[in-house]
Amino acid sequence: MTGRHLIVRALDLGRVDYDDAFQMQKREVERLQRNEGDDVLLFVEHPHVITVGRNADGSALVADRRLIEARGARVVATDRGGDVTYHGPGQLVGYPILRLEPGRRDIRRYVHDLEAVLIAALADFGISAGRHPEHRGVWVGDRKIASLGIRISRWVTCHGFALNVATDLSYFSLMNPCGIQGCVMTSMTNELGAPVALEAVRARVVAHFGEVFERDMREEMAAHVH
Amino acid sequence: MSVDVIMPQMGESIAEGTIVKWLKNVGDKVERDEPLFEISTDKVDAEIPSPAAGTLLEVLVTPGTTVEINTIVGRIGAAGETPRAGKPADTPAPSAAPKPAPAPAPAPQPAPVPSTATATAPHAGERTVVRSSPVVQKIAAEHGVDISLIDGTGEGGRVTKKDILSYIDSASRPSVASAPAPAPAVAPTLSAPAAATAAPRAAGNAPRPQVFPAGQDEVREPMSIMRKKIAEHMVMSKHTSPHVYTIFEVDMNEVVKRREAMKREYAGEGVKLTFLPFFIEAAVRGIKEYPIINSSVDGDTIIYKKTVNVGIAVALENGLIVPVIKHADQMNLLGLARTAADLGERARTKRLVPDDVQGGTFTITNVGVFGGTFGLPIINQPQAAIMGLGTITKRPVVIDDAIAIRPIVYLSLSYDHRIIDGADAARFLTVVKRELEKPAA
Repeated sequence: MTGRHLIVRALDLGRVDYDDAFQMQKREVERLQRNEGDDVLLFVEHPHVITVGRNADGSALVADRRLIEARGARVVATDRGGDVTYHGPGQLVGYPILRLEPGRRDIRRYVHDLEAVLIAALADFGISAGRHPEHRGVWVGDRKIASLGIRISRWVTCHGFALNVATDLSYFSLMNPCGIQGCVMTSMTNELGAPVALEAVRARVVAHFGEVFERDMREEMAAHVH
Repeated sequence: MSVDVIMPQMGESIAEGTIVKWLKNVGDKVERDEPLFEISTDKVDAEIPSPAAGTLLEVLVTPGTTVEINTIVGRIGAAGETPRAGKPADTPAPSAAPKPAPAPAPAPQPAPVPSTATATAPHAGERTVVRSSPVVQKIAAEHGVDISLIDGTGEGGRVTKKDILSYIDSASRPSVASAPAPAPAVAPTLSAPAAATAAPRAAGNAPRPQVFPAGQDEVREPMSIMRKKIAEHMVMSKHTSPHVYTIFEVDMNEVVKRREAMKREYAGEGVKLTFLPFFIEAAVRGIKEYPIINSSVDGDTIIYKKTVNVGIAVALENGLIVPVIKHADQMNLLGLARTAADLGERARTKRLVPDDVQGGTFTITNVGVFGGTFGLPIINQPQAAIMGLGTITKRPVVIDDAIAIRPIVYLSLSYDHRIIDGADAARFLTVVKRELEKPAA
């Protein structure tokens, strides 16, 4: 490897509301656009929420809003790419806020790299995952295990990935995940038939993130976030 | 002087982008690097900064429109310059707009630029010529597909990316390398396995013929993560250990008899008895007598391991994995058979858990599965030795000066010459041979 290693601070923020996490990301993006401080990889677990990306036309929400609310979930519009998705407990949500280096300013490569990180982390748990020829995200056969939704402004990344570790998959039936009709979602617990700890998965994601993005990862306590 | 605003290339292989939203209106002042418009490519949204400071004079491509990279999408004039009324945009975006949108972002003051008209006009004439986007043309070229053969479902019969992908998908199997099959690209590899020779089919290519698109002499395909890990691990092993190889010929006559005698009994236990457990059992015996085979190197120290955990290389569709039989030294033949069958099955159905592939102290790889007489596998680091099993074949052999026909197997041992000498390896293999050839009780 050449040159200096860029540092990424990995922060586990625990259970955070979608809107709060979004505001936090915005602040981090602005900070990095001013070129201040280190890049970050924020990890959160959201309470039940259905987010609607900007490529959504609304048709992917199949359930009535009242039914969604009855299940304790909210519907939130957001500015990432992609269609509709669900976040909730048991899901490892990662928001890498990175300044992409000049050699890495390639949207397709960024998406590919994020997928590679998750595929490698899943492999560590014996789950053989891969890419789908048409759709983004990470798949186990024809079942989707992780979703991506990304926004890049001035080559600073925002939003990120949601990996189903022990997600209650029934929530996905309230919509057509990612606008794909008949899309079957899965989770690590579902694939392995055994419970998997969120922390263990996060550790592997951090490790592979460092490898794939050629960054030095520094895990920190959440209190250090700006 | 005005500055052109172009659709940027957001990646090497990205040929087009969709304008999602203009963040400035015509007539607005804009700073250099201030976000000017938003695009979406590959489902990723990106904010594009202004290339210059000044006033947004023209918006040539309206939201919802997909254009190829380097298309002029707008124009910025010197600060204070105002959009001139009535002047049509001089260079309309060439391949712009599958669906020309009604109007540009509302222009506040002077006269709105009639960019809609200019963007639409040439396009209508073009449609008969250009029936597809650059992305589709690129895919067509890669796959040697004649676009005119495809029924386009896009506007005006345009062939969309979806059309061509489904055409390619339905038209040809075996598939082309550049369009990987949806099969999972990666299989579990925690401690990436050894045994380069274990799976010749797996050693790089899927077991289907490589298809070369017309006019192409080579096809480039990125390695899967598993492939990369195997590659790294193999290079590391060869770099770490000076490999030496010893090959023994073993008469399997007695094992064949024992297996025949026990097969039914094992089937009653729900276990299909293969030859593998016999080899594992014999190797464990050899290790008990020559523990250096079950060791590893740590700097200037040799670590001898009491427990024998035998890794079994299993070929997968696009690679291989080495699940480990833990405490093989404490199992009888039935236990070995059952564990090996379970691990092999779970490896192929991708249900191994991380613990299944960790902690190996010695590895066995079955080269014979693929017809090899014998193989010279690469050591699975940090282990010290790996045993390769050849195909069991009936051969003429000389016994007591008479020629007999016997089932023969060639066993190879690849070992780390830093700590294992040829004599040790031969002694170990002598025990393995003795165990396999000992008369059935």
